[in-house]
Amino acid sequence: MASQTLYDKLWAQHLVTQRDDGSALIYIDRHLLHEVTSPQAFEGLRLAGRKPWRRDANLATPDHNVPTTLKERSAGNAGILDDVSRIQVETLDANCESFDIEEFRINDERQGIVHVVGPEQGATLPGMTVVCGDSHTATHGAFAALSHGIGTSEVEHVLATQCLIAQKMKNMQVRVEGKLGLGVTAKDIVLAIIGRIGTAGGTGYAIEFAGSAIRELSMEGRMTICNMAIEAGARVGLVAVDDHTIDYLKGRPYAPSTEQWSAAVEAWRDLVSDDGAHFDKIVELDAAEIEPQVTWGTSPEMVVNVSAEVPDPAGAADETVTQGMTRALEYMGLSAGQKITDIQLDKVFIGSCTNSRIEDLREAAKVAKGRKVADNIQLAMVVPGSGLVKRLAEAEGLDKIFVEAGFEWREPGCSMCLAMNADKLGAGERCASTSNRNFEGRQGYGGRTHLVSPAMAAAAAIEGHFVDVREYDYDRGNAREMSA
Amino acid sequence: MKKFERLQGLVAPLDRANVDTDLIIPKQFLKSIKRTGFGPNLFDELRYLDEGYPGQDASSRPLNPDFVLNQSRYRGAQVLLARRNFGCGSSREHAPWALDDFGFRAVIAPSFADIFYNNSFKNGILLITLDEETVERLFQETEASEGYRLDVDLERQQLTTPGGETITFEVDPFRKHCLLEGLDDIGLTLEQSGAIHDFERRHRAARPWLFRDA
Ligand code: SF4
Repeated sequence: MASQTLYDKLWAQHLVTQRDDGSALIYIDRHLLHEVTSPQAFEGLRLAGRKPWRRDANLATPDHNVPTTLKERSAGNAGILDDVSRIQVETLDANCESFDIEEFRINDERQGIVHVVGPEQGATLPGMTVVCGDSHTATHGAFAALSHGIGTSEVEHVLATQCLIAQKMKNMQVRVEGKLGLGVTAKDIVLAIIGRIGTAGGTGYAIEFAGSAIRELSMEGRMTICNMAIEAGARVGLVAVDDHTIDYLKGRPYAPSTEQWSAAVEAWRDLVSDDGAHFDKIVELDAAEIEPQVTWGTSPEMVVNVSAEVPDPAGAADETVTQGMTRALEYMGLSAGQKITDIQLDKVFIGSCTNSRIEDLREAAKVAKGRKVADNIQLAMVVPGSGLVKRLAEAEGLDKIFVEAGFEWREPGCSMCLAMNADKLGAGERCASTSNRNFEGRQGYGGRTHLVSPAMAAAAAIEGHFVDVREYDYDRGNAREMSA
Repeated sequence: MKKFERLQGLVAPLDRANVDTDLIIPKQFLKSIKRTGFGPNLFDELRYLDEGYPGQDASSRPLNPDFVLNQSRYRGAQVLLARRNFGCGSSREHAPWALDDFGFRAVIAPSFADIFYNNSFKNGILLITLDEETVERLFQETEASEGYRLDVDLERQQLTTPGGETITFEVDPFRKHCLLEGLDDIGLTLEQSGAIHDFERRHRAARPWLFRDA
């Protein structure tokens, strides 16, 4: 057989029928659900008198709307002050109950952001197709699972048929070779990639992230990278299976049983692109040249090195780009030529499905340790990605480090990543955020978001403005040692 | 799904690249558990001068006079003309629901984000991808002449301008078929239940660890 890419293999393993017109029916192994994009799908099932095709393929948890303060959380759903949010969470509970779908409810310790919960439970496995009504489903591709976001009609389609109508994407490889500098993280790699190829650079492609710098990353780091594939326009991000993948999964609740484990591992070992496999597009980056990244605008591609200045729209490639940059500068309240390290901040958010895993919190805590949040920072919050991440962080004493430094330590959920709950920016407020989108109004009406890594966000909280963490004095050590 | 019928649609130009789904429909409106009623909040942050919230009466809110859809000449527009990478961002189907509820039947742009593209077709909205130059020309013509309408004919895959110029467009045959017939694709897929069951049996035999109920 001809050499195949990892994506080609995953596609072939799930192809149910191929139509002459290019569309195909692919089988879905894992379907994750949350409260925002599922109610209309369940309603559709009910109206048509349909049932879920396979109940054990589904797993649900509320994340977008849940409050993150202990005060609201301690009363469970009843404690959600916003009526509309509460109804949405209650609707998910009711739907899961009536359709017999497993759900980790609001105060279950396993609750959290779907994209943190799936891998953590071992519910995301290599060789699976994973879908969810959420664009950051790309995250799960870190496990060599073919994963992507779907809309609500497709949620209903998957529930009813266990399949999705899809078209094969093209193959892109993004190769990052070499060694990352100290203090430079997975978040900086992916922001640098988006800065290079643009927010539409990956449209129509499945991107496989490869190269020695990706191999070196922990699973947490790989998830951070795949998570933001969608920010480069690609619905799918992938990383091939290696020892890190297998070690991470061993012993997780949903992982293969002891009897099945060795057969599973043997099958997973083949989930790599063959030598000589054809990619329609290849992009290469030198890891050693990547600096900590900071976005300055209202699209993730509007990103620069921390040592740089806010760019000048006049230097843009074409008129549409110039207009976009000018509008972004106006919205962000910045001017061309301003040094990134001179940008003063009001709030800091460490969390989201991009950067709320244990390794992210450890990295931020190292920077915060023994220091104090600057006076001009009104709120610096740390929101763990799941109840289990929270528990582990507390067992390691990270919560104390954060609280002593003046950060708020919250309950798990999406929180200020998209501000559907009470955590949001006010108009004009400026935030260093470890999330994935800096769109206008994303973190609150009129709010201004700068995307950065957890270490950069923590350092910004301490100094009150952006600083280059590479010049910052803290106990680095690389990510691998930390997660060991 | 409703059928896509040929139309003579008034065109509204939204001159802005990378219009993301947060801009199309901000998150506070995603709390609804319904599929309808999103029209008044389409492009909410561009359309109004204040901050919107769910359940509010939109008719009393201050309109942004500079926003194109607030101009009387574009009232009743059914075709939205947009720039590159329209619909980037989240998977929220609320974006096409809002466009549909507002009255748009088709969107024309040089490129669309993948998930938004899928979601729109599932809701009977036709997305037409044309090259940058043609889109630029349509922008100029639309802005130059009030009451500019395009004849949108999906059957023939062509647009006709008021000046009589025809522009052909590509659309994949399956999507076209579903749109023209107004087909429910779940029903179509379920017609292949046999093939799905067969696949499932082989898949389970080869990879039993993917099935927890075994
Ligand atoms: S953390 Fe943010 S990006 Fe991730 S699922 Fe939640 S809202 Fe979406």
